[in-house]
Amino acid sequence: MEFLLAMAIGVLGGAGVWLLLRPRTFQVVMGLALLSYAVNLFIFSIGSLVINRPPIVVPGQPADLAHYTDPMPQSLVLTAIVIGFATTALFLVVLLAARGLSGTDHVDGDPDP
Amino acid sequence: MSLFLLLILPFAASMVTALLPTRARTMLAGTTGAVCAVLAVWVISLFPRVQDGGVLRETIPWVPSLGLELVLRVDGFAWMFAVIVTVIGALVCLYARYYMSPSDPVARFYALFLAFMGAMLGVVLSGNLLQLVVFWELTSLISFLLIGYWHHRVDAQRGARMALIVTGSGGLCLLAGVILLGHIVGSFDLDHVLAAGGRIRTHALYPVMLVLVLLGAFTKSAQFPFHFWLPRAMAAPTPVSAYLHSATMVKAGVFLLARFWPVLSGTELWFWLVGGAGATTLLLGAYAAMFQHDLKRVLAYSTISHLGLITLLFGLNSPLAAVAGVFHIMNHATFKASLFMAAGIVDHETGTRDIRRLNGLIGAMPRTGVLALVATAAMAGVPLLNGFLSKEMFFAETVFLSSHPGVELALPVLATLASMFAVVYSLRFGYDIFFGEPSTDLPRVPEEPPLWMRVPVMFLVLVCLVVGMLPGISIGPLLAAAAWPVVGGNLPAYSLALWHGVTPPLVMSLIAVISGIVSYRWLRAQHARGRFQDTPVVSRLNGRVLFESALVAATRASRAIVRLASTRRLQPQLFAVIATALGLVLLAARGLPLGWGDRERLTASHEFVLLWILGMVCAVTAAAIAKYHRLAATTLMGGAGLCTCLTFAWFSAPDLALTQLVVEVVTTTLFLLGLRWMPMRLEDVTVRITGRDHLRRGRDLLLAVLAGSGLAMLSFALLTRPAPNSISPFFLDRALPEGGGSNVVNVMLVDFRALDTLGEISVLGAVALTVYALLRRFRPPPESVARPRQQRAVSSQTETDLLPPRQNQDAGGYLLVPAIISRLLLPVALVVAAHFFLRGHNQPGGGFVAGLIVAISLLLLYVVSGTRWVETRTELKLARWIAVGLLLGAGTGMGALLLGYPFLTTRTAHVKLPLIGEVHFPSATFFDLGVLAVVVGATLLILTAIAHQSIRSHRTVLPAHQEAD
Repeated sequence: MEFLLAMAIGVLGGAGVWLLLRPRTFQVVMGLALLSYAVNLFIFSIGSLVINRPPIVVPGQPADLAHYTDPMPQSLVLTAIVIGFATTALFLVVLLAARGLSGTDHVDGDPDP
Repeated sequence: MSLFLLLILPFAASMVTALLPTRARTMLAGTTGAVCAVLAVWVISLFPRVQDGGVLRETIPWVPSLGLELVLRVDGFAWMFAVIVTVIGALVCLYARYYMSPSDPVARFYALFLAFMGAMLGVVLSGNLLQLVVFWELTSLISFLLIGYWHHRVDAQRGARMALIVTGSGGLCLLAGVILLGHIVGSFDLDHVLAAGGRIRTHALYPVMLVLVLLGAFTKSAQFPFHFWLPRAMAAPTPVSAYLHSATMVKAGVFLLARFWPVLSGTELWFWLVGGAGATTLLLGAYAAMFQHDLKRVLAYSTISHLGLITLLFGLNSPLAAVAGVFHIMNHATFKASLFMAAGIVDHETGTRDIRRLNGLIGAMPRTGVLALVATAAMAGVPLLNGFLSKEMFFAETVFLSSHPGVELALPVLATLASMFAVVYSLRFGYDIFFGEPSTDLPRVPEEPPLWMRVPVMFLVLVCLVVGMLPGISIGPLLAAAAWPVVGGNLPAYSLALWHGVTPPLVMSLIAVISGIVSYRWLRAQHARGRFQDTPVVSRLNGRVLFESALVAATRASRAIVRLASTRRLQPQLFAVIATALGLVLLAARGLPLGWGDRERLTASHEFVLLWILGMVCAVTAAAIAKYHRLAATTLMGGAGLCTCLTFAWFSAPDLALTQLVVEVVTTTLFLLGLRWMPMRLEDVTVRITGRDHLRRGRDLLLAVLAGSGLAMLSFALLTRPAPNSISPFFLDRALPEGGGSNVVNVMLVDFRALDTLGEISVLGAVALTVYALLRRFRPPPESVARPRQQRAVSSQTETDLLPPRQNQDAGGYLLVPAIISRLLLPVALVVAAHFFLRGHNQPGGGFVAGLIVAISLLLLYVVSGTRWVETRTELKLARWIAVGLLLGAGTGMGALLLGYPFLTTRTAHVKLPLIGEVHFPSATFFDLGVLAVVVGATLLILTAIAHQSIRSHRTVLPAHQEAD
């Protein structure tokens, strides 16, 4: 499981980086979205992988990390997901505005070669 | 009353003045003058308390552990400076009322003037060295603004910039020096520093510290080789020159020398550095002053020379010389300020400051002439005037100094020579312009200025006369009080009498005056023949050339570096960022064991393997086809998102899974809305892919693979190691008993880390508004304005219900069944959202998820029925949702403050309801409601803002295309 998830994070991240370096704005936005998946999973995985022990306290059970998974990375990632949507939206709109102004979707606003 | 009030008053008055009508000269001068007068009276009234070595002190602690305190400290010397600053300030203020023209924006002038006065008071009254440096830099800054007051003039711009760079850099050196000084003493408090003289002078860092402090003092007081900025600063309005560049700011440097005199002086290094700079400046300034043709430049070089004289006096390591230095500070302030004002009057009434054109003005303006002549005589050191007294003291010091034989011989000669030059330039200033054949070709016909413009000059000249004739009674006690702290409490014996008999100093004075008059006649004859239009020999010997070439070199170098190390292209920038990050990680990993951990692994299930094979294929394919197949890439990215979502659900994170799922929906909608405005692929263009392109792609691929594998290895290393000590048990432990909820993630969001969440929803709201604002001015590319190909596929003649809603105003026909279902679904969806919201504190759910569900259910209406249909029937006012949500979130936090708890503390109310039983109402619920409102408002505002573009562009361009269809 650990190996697979690490692989997944690596592939998502690598695909994201590749797209970040592309010349078209849409590719860059996609790259950022993929990269944010990778980063969210990475932060989430710092809390270590635990199955079937969600951080929802059951009265009577000792409240420690042996009985529940780590809630901290989860709360960090939760807001990151929503903020990630907001930044993606902002990038997309900047992209659209840049396309409208420069007439091209090249990241530097250059006309097509 | 508190001394701090004394310091705050000018700054407060400055702000008020800035708001007054900008050309109301009389009102502005009146207000400013009143403030200056109040300050002057206040300062003067402190005299009895500082008279016999008394020290007033007030402290406001700030960060005492770092030695940062606001300390105001008034002793006799600081008192004297404060008097000069406030009294001359009041006089200059009156003068400026008549000097400034009705068309000048004088509000700015007076506001800066008051701010400068405050900064200068801050410098002289500071009892903490760091505080002193802050005010010191503030004077440089305001001086910059005042020199550049007429900012449309090139000379003002250049002069202001030069002054700022020179004095500002000096201030930075001073800061470094003061920090060293504080390090040596162990405190930044002036009292502690003044008590630690012996330790400072013997410390190993003394030379470095001294040089740094002196750099600060010399740049400010225009000492050689930094003197070149002062003549350039004469581009300032004359009241500024009179105030800043003769009486106050340039004295800050010598103020510093005097302030630290008891602890820093007395060494060989001090003698050579301070004395050397002073002597050079004294001679050079006086020499250059003789050859100037601009009245203000004569005065500027003369000021440089006199500042050199004061510096030299402090550099002689003799208490008597230090007393003379203090005395000369006072005298120079009075006669030089009055001379600047007189020069300003001449300029104002005749329209020129060129000595060669000004002649015989005494007939036209006799009163001003007499005042100017008396002040000039004081500058030249004529008996019965104050300048004579301090000059005699200086001569006496040079004669009776015991030092190296060479110095003993050279100093009196140098002093006499400089004094002779002073006689020459004083004659040029006084005699040249007021006597001789009256000039007739002046820009204006000269006449006496208004009485009140002369009053400040009269007052200062009167002071020169009284001090010059009755020194013992008038200035004696003040000088004693001012010099007392400078010499460290042991005043040497001195006499302020006019007549000491025929002594070497008197002989030197006589020689200087006689040879001065002779030289003046000779120089006048040379000038008449057109010689010496420029300063001979030393006109090139100053720091200006060096300064300017250094500036040019710095500009060139920075440009070259920018060209070399920077690019405006995004791709190389991103490449560099990622490559650097990767390199840094490798660098950081050098010292770490790179093996995997040995934590117990989870066995992989087939489903999970399959899930992520799909996920990885999705990601890689999306990356490969994102250039030309955007819709497919968006879909694939959604696939990767779903895998992420399932992973969260798999590993005990139901809240994350829920949130990821709903965010996936809105993100996909977002991309679909955006796709329409992207350019189409140009099928007929064949782009030749060169070897360079292949190389670049290979390089990018390599970086992507490296970054990906790095990330994978890092995650694997983390996942296989035991989790370190975490603070999470705290949250698990306290969530139920103290947070009142069993869903720990939600309790953390709305309670433990609520401030963080408040920040997040603020960002969300800000982004939504930014998107809205950006799109208001959106201009779609022309080729995207026409209806998309897909929508044109259905011919308008065909009987179909697939017509887009805007062509089918009776929307009942368009996608009728889905439309009805979506409308029926809305209340159900809202109930589901309410359910998720209410149970959020104890079960997976909460404000974020519920908000997104509300947003999606409304979005469905938009998608199926069309933007217009929804907006004619509902009025959502999305920006208001954001505002209400933020207010709710912040208001909940404020509620805690009202009850006396820290911001955002949660309180739980336990209410017993009939039938339902006991219900808990944590105040966090209201906070979560705020989160919900912001999420709904922001999400819908972003998406509908993009959706509106389609309607807008059609509204404007539609007719032409309708015909085309």
